[in-house]
Amino acid sequence: MHIVVCLKQVPDSAQIRVHPVTNTIMRQGVPTIINPYDLFALEEAMRLRDLIGGEVTVLTMGPPMAEDSLRKALTFGADRAVLLTDRFFAGSDTLATSFALASALTKIGQEFGVPSIVFTGKQTIDGDTAQVGPGIAKRLGLNQLTYVARIVELDRDANKIIVERRAEGGVQVLETRLPVLITMLEGVNEIRRGSLESAYRAASAKIVTWNAAAAGITDLTKCGLKGSPTIVKKVFAPTPRAEKAHQVPTDGLAPEALADAVIAEIFSRQPSVESDLVRFSAGQ
Amino acid sequence: MIEERFDAIVVGAGPSGNAAAYTMAKAGLKVLQLERGEYPGSKNVQGAILYADALEKIIPDFREDAPLERHIIEQRLWTMDEKSYVGMHYRSEDFNEERPNRYTILRAQFDKWFSSKVREAGAILLCETTVTELIRDGAGKVTGVRTDRDGGTALADIVILGEGVNGLVGQRSGLRPELQPDSVALAVKEMHFLPREVIESRFNLKGNEGVVIEAMGTITDGMTGTGFLYTNQESVSVGIGCIVSDFAESGKTAYGLLEAFKNHPSIKPLLENSECKEYAAHLIPEGGYHSIPELYGDGWLVVGDAGQFVNAVHREGSNLAMTTGRIAGETVIALKHRGAAMSKANLAAYKRTLDETFVMKDLKKYKRIPALLHRNKQLFGLYPRLLTAAAQTWFRVDGVDKRSKENAILRSFRKGRTLSGLIGDAFKLARAWR
Amino acid sequence: MTDAPKAAPATNSRAGTKKELSEHFKTYKHVWVFIECEYGVIHPVSLELLGEARKLADKRGVSLAGVILGSDANLIAAAATVCFEHGADLVYTVTDPTLAHYRNEAFTKGMTDVVNTYKPEILLLGATTLGRDLAGSVATTLLTGLTADSTALAIDDEGSLAATRPTFGGSLLCTIMTLNYRPQMATVRPRVFGMPPREPGRRGEIIAHPLNLAEDDIVTKVLQFVADRDSNQSQLAYADIVVAGGLGLRSAENFELVKALASVLGAEYGGSRPLVQKGWITADRQIGQTGKTIRPKLYIAAGISGAIQHRVGVEGADTIVAINTDPNAQIFEFAHLGIVADAIKLLPALTEAFRKRLSVNRLAS
Ligand SMILES: Cc1cc2nc3c(=O)[nH]c(=O)nc-3n(C[C@H](O)[C@H](O)[C@H](O)COP(=O)(O)OP(=O)(O)OC[C@H]3O[C@@H](n4cnc5c(N)ncnc54)[C@H](O)[C@@H]3O)c2cc1C
Ligand SMILES: Cc1cc2nc3c(=O)[nH]c(=O)nc-3n(C[C@H](O)[C@H](O)[C@H](O)COP(=O)(O)OP(=O)(O)OC[C@H]3O[C@@H](n4cnc5c(N)ncnc54)[C@H](O)[C@@H]3O)c2cc1C
Ligand SMILES: Nc1ncnc2c1ncn2[C@@H]1O[C@H](COP(=O)(O)O)[C@@H](O)[C@H]1O
Repeated sequence: MHIVVCLKQVPDSAQIRVHPVTNTIMRQGVPTIINPYDLFALEEAMRLRDLIGGEVTVLTMGPPMAEDSLRKALTFGADRAVLLTDRFFAGSDTLATSFALASALTKIGQEFGVPSIVFTGKQTIDGDTAQVGPGIAKRLGLNQLTYVARIVELDRDANKIIVERRAEGGVQVLETRLPVLITMLEGVNEIRRGSLESAYRAASAKIVTWNAAAAGITDLTKCGLKGSPTIVKKVFAPTPRAEKAHQVPTDGLAPEALADAVIAEIFSRQPSVESDLVRFSAGQ
Repeated sequence: MIEERFDAIVVGAGPSGNAAAYTMAKAGLKVLQLERGEYPGSKNVQGAILYADALEKIIPDFREDAPLERHIIEQRLWTMDEKSYVGMHYRSEDFNEERPNRYTILRAQFDKWFSSKVREAGAILLCETTVTELIRDGAGKVTGVRTDRDGGTALADIVILGEGVNGLVGQRSGLRPELQPDSVALAVKEMHFLPREVIESRFNLKGNEGVVIEAMGTITDGMTGTGFLYTNQESVSVGIGCIVSDFAESGKTAYGLLEAFKNHPSIKPLLENSECKEYAAHLIPEGGYHSIPELYGDGWLVVGDAGQFVNAVHREGSNLAMTTGRIAGETVIALKHRGAAMSKANLAAYKRTLDETFVMKDLKKYKRIPALLHRNKQLFGLYPRLLTAAAQTWFRVDGVDKRSKENAILRSFRKGRTLSGLIGDAFKLARAWR
Repeated sequence: MTDAPKAAPATNSRAGTKKELSEHFKTYKHVWVFIECEYGVIHPVSLELLGEARKLADKRGVSLAGVILGSDANLIAAAATVCFEHGADLVYTVTDPTLAHYRNEAFTKGMTDVVNTYKPEILLLGATTLGRDLAGSVATTLLTGLTADSTALAIDDEGSLAATRPTFGGSLLCTIMTLNYRPQMATVRPRVFGMPPREPGRRGEIIAHPLNLAEDDIVTKVLQFVADRDSNQSQLAYADIVVAGGLGLRSAENFELVKALASVLGAEYGGSRPLVQKGWITADRQIGQTGKTIRPKLYIAAGISGAIQHRVGVEGADTIVAINTDPNAQIFEFAHLGIVADAIKLLPALTEAFRKRLSVNRLAS
């Protein structure tokens, strides 16, 4: 079975700082990582492959340096990596991204076998939209399974898959037919380390690199800025709150006395909390 | 296990490991390099001085694309007490030369760049791979390494250990003794972000010019150590370090020292309104010549900090690391070309070559300094105070005549330390320097 | 809309793009809110959105509509009434047996059909798992722009929606517009906007639209639904009081102190992300950018540093009380009440003091 995992290289947002003066992002020295959510998808794909055989291809659209992320995925144990890179893709929003990725997936199907499952992460930590997965599914006509917490059953003869999906207010158990697009929920597995052998293979592996033309994209108006209906009007730092916290004096107070002081402060600021609490405790 | 056999395995992707791997890969050797960090530089303290000469000998045109911050045109040496400093500044237009001699760099970026050159030269680098031990054959010759990954062994004719100051592979394999707390310093460092223009006006710079401040005195609270401040393009690196055994004895923390240093009235204005981005701590081997371990044996070589190659007095480390790495590489290449074995006897050429370079000559010259600094704490408390007090007496205009001022200064020195003590210190220092 | 003092030039070079709406799109009118109504219960976010959308519609001088998809005509009628009472002028309904459970295929078809027929200029959805699943498919089908996870909405005189949302892990905000396509779509997280007041008796018009989809045409089947109320999931997002802990509590055992206080207050408990990673709490109790956004009257944070990703999830709270040993902790930048103290000591004292007060009150009442 052929499985493709879409993963994105993102700046490690934990290390991003906003320049205190110019209010712009300081990218200097900010390391890039594989979008953490995508690793759950990758591990799930490899788990399925190990179970039933086949191949896992990882696909990313990004600048040439996104190759690092693909090599890392190969180190973890993916079998093949495809990098989609072209200046025409710059500035893509989710609609344009899903167009480019869907085109590359079609091409991957022609070159390496049609995928039965396409995985994406739940969302990215930079774009943070959770839209690209559904976008790809729609464009390729794949059955869409978002927020999947567990793959319960995969019946290849019947082309059938059963999953548990995190829905609003509960868990849905869904059955559908392959091919599908799955966006994987976080925390459902743990990415493996990869053996020394796979790390070595990854270091010297050839990454399949396609530009727009090689990926079979002829209509460039659907790519990048041109193909993006949304427009970023401005980027700005949140307005800092003028006031800092009012500090409850603590000097030398025993916890009990301090607790009383804190409660008094809370009630004086927010009298409704007191009445709510009284109602709550009376109802007990 | 990796099936293929390598000419050389290099442990570590710091300056020393990179220099060794680059040199050998460039000469066509089949090199495997293993780094435990997520990427080269990820475990390295940010902000440092790069000495161009050592790198030029490896990558002559490095200036074309290496991530350099500022070239240094001014060096400030400060002796500080709680409120003041007496300083020596040297600034010269000569340092604005075409091929500047010293640069500030950010290690994380620099190491990444260096590593990309190593890979371009043909070496294979595996990150997030920690070497756990050396593999030896029946005769005790090192034949490869074991790593913490599944199926994690790889074999080579020689293993070069560039694993840094606290490299455990060499220690565990009995190649060198454990680090001694009195021969290693703990340094802490922070990066403070400031807009370019602010740095330039605060430090009187233009373009890519940079300043280095090195400081000693009461800032280390009587312990053996120094503080520093470097200007990067849009940040300032500030740090302080002391010998580990001093920290242990005094119970003081490195972080506490750094806080005090940053709040010193002479440092504080330089950092004002900056945003502190990162805090890091790292060890520096400062034992000097006497603490250099065995550097070679059957199938192995040691380079960089792992071999204690740091000149603490001049704050040189990465240049020694690169030079030892390069020479180790060249030694291996020469043996390979001769078809000679990587035996202890043949690898002795490494040490012989080093002896003829500034690396060994400088460390030998300063061999008494570490112990001297360690045993003479007056250098880090009493003398700075005397010096700054003298400066104050001298510069304050208050109706006292100059002769009386001279006498008062002399008296203060004598009262602080007996005449014989003063002369003794001067003598010891001179001798250690010789 | 939050206006920043200094707006840096947007990275996207089209910030200056002019509006050139095609004739076809000029016929798109009115503001719509997708009403999430699974198993007969309206998700509160849909009503919050009606409140905010009402302002947009009024500014534009157009009407506000809700869209309800489902299988039970009675439940839909009841839900429509709730929508009218929360500000909707119209409600479009699609009633069909295939819409009994949420399924992407059926809902996407229903939604896109209604949009293509009645042509709204703005379509808002809650950024819930359902809303995000649906919005992505609908926007791709309609080939229009979609802004995820907005935290502020504004509209200009030409009817262009400006949706502001956090970016780069919450360190920055950006304002996004879909100038030349319709409808302009955005999702908004629960609890970003407050609940609008209910006007009992307010009425509106219901417009029913057919689905024309047979069950056999739908590939995906729902085999089972396990509701959270049967599995003890948290109700964090809608709690009036939330007590949370962070790494400062140092151990899972100490986290029990948070639970104890929460239980005395009848509050929900939660925590920062590292606690989820350490397994001290379950993922549904994570508060912050990648967890829940909360909007309680009272939020008590113990041993939480107040990283930006945490901050964006709690800023809507009326009163934030922070307990932290570090006087310089970031959380004091946005908390209302700060206590520089050891939470491990203060929490039990707070629990006890609250318990005492409440039992006194109970006797008195
Ligand atoms: C605060 C501070 C300031 C300094 N400032 C300067 C300066 O301004 N100029 C200067 O020239 N020098 C300076 N130095 C010294 C300089 O940083 C070192 O001398 C130099 O980095 C040594 O290089 P190295 O390659 O030997 O070791 P390192 O740079 O320490 O590299 C060792 C590498 O090996 C890896 N490693 C370790 N063990 C293993 C293992 N078992 N398996 C795989 N990988 C492993 C590590 O992750 C690391 O990447 C400074 C040092 C400090 C701490
Ligand atoms: C993409 C991304 C998304 C993220 N999403 C979220 C998110 O949704 N929610 C979230 O919370 N985080 C999120 N994070 C993580 C976030 O950046 C912080 O790392 C995290 O919030 C820190 O958790 P903490 O405050 O519990 O721990 P720490 O930062 O370690 O802070 C512990 C605090 O406890 C204090 N303390 C210590 N001892 C005591 C004591 N005895 N009594 C009182 N105080 C004490 C300390 O002074 C310190 O301030 C995200 C990060 C990334 C990169
Ligand atoms: N440029 C990209 N290349 C590959 N996959 C992507 C890219 N952008 C998004 N994805 C996938 O789509 C998912 C959702 O992304 P987003 O809509 O940005 O939150 C991610 O978790 C990835 O799996």
